[in-house]
Amino acid sequence: MRERKTILDVKGLKTSFFTDDGEVPAVDNIDFHIREGEVLGIVGESGCGKSVTSLSIMGLVPSPPGKITGGEILFQDKDLTKLNEKKMRAIRGNDIAMIFQEPMTSLNPLFTIGDQLREAIKIHKRDWSKKQIQERAVEMMKLVGLPRAEDLMKEYPHQLSGGMRQRVMIAMALLCDPKVLIADEPTTALDVTIQAQILKLIKNLNETLNTAVLLITHDLGVVAETCERVIVMYAGKVVEEGPVHTIFKDPQHPYTRGLLESVPDMRFKKERLYSIPGNVPKPGSIRTGCKFAARCEFAFDRCLNENPDLYQTADDHQTRCFLFDSKEVQAHDRTVVKS
Amino acid sequence: MTEPLLKVEGLKKYFPIKSGVLGQVKNHVKAVDDVSFVVHEGETLGIVGESGCGKSTTGRMLMRLLEPTDGKVFFDGKELTDLSNQEMRKMRRDIQMVFQDPYASLNPRHTIEKILMEPLNVHEIGDPKERKKKVHEFLEIVGLSSYHAKRYPHQFSGGQRQRIGIARALMTNPKLIIADEPVSALDVSIQAQVLNLMQDLQKELKLTYIFIAHDLGVVRHISDRVGVMYLGQMAELADSESLYEKPLHPYTQALLSAVPVPDPDFTREQVVIKGDVPSPANPPSGCRFHTRCPFKMDICETTVPKFAEVEKGHSVACHLYKESRPQ
Repeated sequence: MRERKTILDVKGLKTSFFTDDGEVPAVDNIDFHIREGEVLGIVGESGCGKSVTSLSIMGLVPSPPGKITGGEILFQDKDLTKLNEKKMRAIRGNDIAMIFQEPMTSLNPLFTIGDQLREAIKIHKRDWSKKQIQERAVEMMKLVGLPRAEDLMKEYPHQLSGGMRQRVMIAMALLCDPKVLIADEPTTALDVTIQAQILKLIKNLNETLNTAVLLITHDLGVVAETCERVIVMYAGKVVEEGPVHTIFKDPQHPYTRGLLESVPDMRFKKERLYSIPGNVPKPGSIRTGCKFAARCEFAFDRCLNENPDLYQTADDHQTRCFLFDSKEVQAHDRTVVKS
Repeated sequence: MTEPLLKVEGLKKYFPIKSGVLGQVKNHVKAVDDVSFVVHEGETLGIVGESGCGKSTTGRMLMRLLEPTDGKVFFDGKELTDLSNQEMRKMRRDIQMVFQDPYASLNPRHTIEKILMEPLNVHEIGDPKERKKKVHEFLEIVGLSSYHAKRYPHQFSGGQRQRIGIARALMTNPKLIIADEPVSALDVSIQAQVLNLMQDLQKELKLTYIFIAHDLGVVRHISDRVGVMYLGQMAELADSESLYEKPLHPYTQALLSAVPVPDPDFTREQVVIKGDVPSPANPPSGCRFHTRCPFKMDICETTVPKFAEVEKGHSVACHLYKESRPQ
């Protein structure tokens, strides 16, 4: 397979919220990239910064209190963090589109589905004729598998079910042939049978249109079924990154391991679930050391005092844990030899 | 075999749809329509289904937080549906409930001590000193500390709040706990903690659970037997091993094959069902699943399949099995 070009490159991104308690970094110096036509998953528990990451890329961080305080987001050689609102608007919905968790609240209840789809095209394609716009909207509705597309264009959001609304949202996101589609928990509000339909649709569209997808979710099952590469986030940091197969079969960070073991698997019954002790720390509450140290069963002195880097453990696989620092590995080997 | 702890017969709940100036009843939403099952002492019965299938309504009717339209509920030999409100209130000492949203189900203005003391006051258990001791004891049992008693709900995380919700349900030493989506608002790592806690408590205190959830993995983990509901009716009920290994109802098969599995190597034949759940106000005739069923036959459109035992301990309502067909 030929090497695919990087399409979106996030470097050292830091997004903070300025509250009464001072600066709270929600996303703390993260790096990752999305390649052309791939499905990249970001997985993590609530408060890990996965949604703030996607909002940062879209330039939608609520400001104030939020602000991108460092790093760059490179898309087609442009740094999105430096663009003004007007230029950002030309990219948002056009080159990079987003679908949200709540298909109920992201459509305007006062306008028909058709109005909302046509508006999205009009903003970006000013020279298109009315007929062209209508045809494009209907075409996308059909592509996402909505029945009787022409009739649905005249209906209002409340007349549609949750699954259909999410399909409309996907159709809307794809109207302008985006290069990157960001899907933030696209199936969390849906039932499993509908979730299966929507995930299949996203995967199909990714293959046929070659749109890169950034899928943000808390559900490890969804990641395993749809993504090629995965980023695991914890407390605003990327703790592990790698191909989906490696992450699930050979997870390295203690957090990733714990997370995978705490999911009840439908295929067999475990006597007892593994559970990570403690709670997810409040953003900004841990200033020094590894953010996971307090809950980690392998933690040692260094974890409490120093910040671990992302250590390369294999091609394409990185882990933010001192256990994989070559210095530690060597030191550990030496003690083994001595004893 | 001993008498089951809870027996439900033909339970129904119809919510009227009113319209017009006079508020005439135009139609009914058949939220629960003829559901029967039993729960044995010490076991966990899981009830799964998609939104709108009536699983929560069923749970609420068992406690008579909602009055059933029809049907009978027997608990410990007594008919709950016959009791007066006052008698029912006394019965609730033995049946307690844990709710989904740990944020909404604890009064934000009360301390944890007051919240946990409330059931003891209502049921007049012990004197004030004993009550206080019991509060502290149960805080420890659910994995919190007695110094938490003076705090308010907002000072706790979601997982801790759910522990408080569980402690509150346990205060009256109930026999049966109805847990309605107790872990669905929690993160995976916290969910595992709460599930383990519930299992430990069940062993220690010999509790019986009815565990209502939409997550099939969670339900398999905690349940001895599982019932699958669809549009207000029980589609299938069996012990969890045989339900998950050998589902008989096409809906159960589709549901199970739709659950994403956290294993990238796992492949399976997916039974993808088309369309959405129909409205419970206007359910399809015959078998309610026939509009989405891949194995639909003519009889399915006209005749309601009987919920019948097909194998030992495995009941299903589907015309594919001769036991369900009219004789």
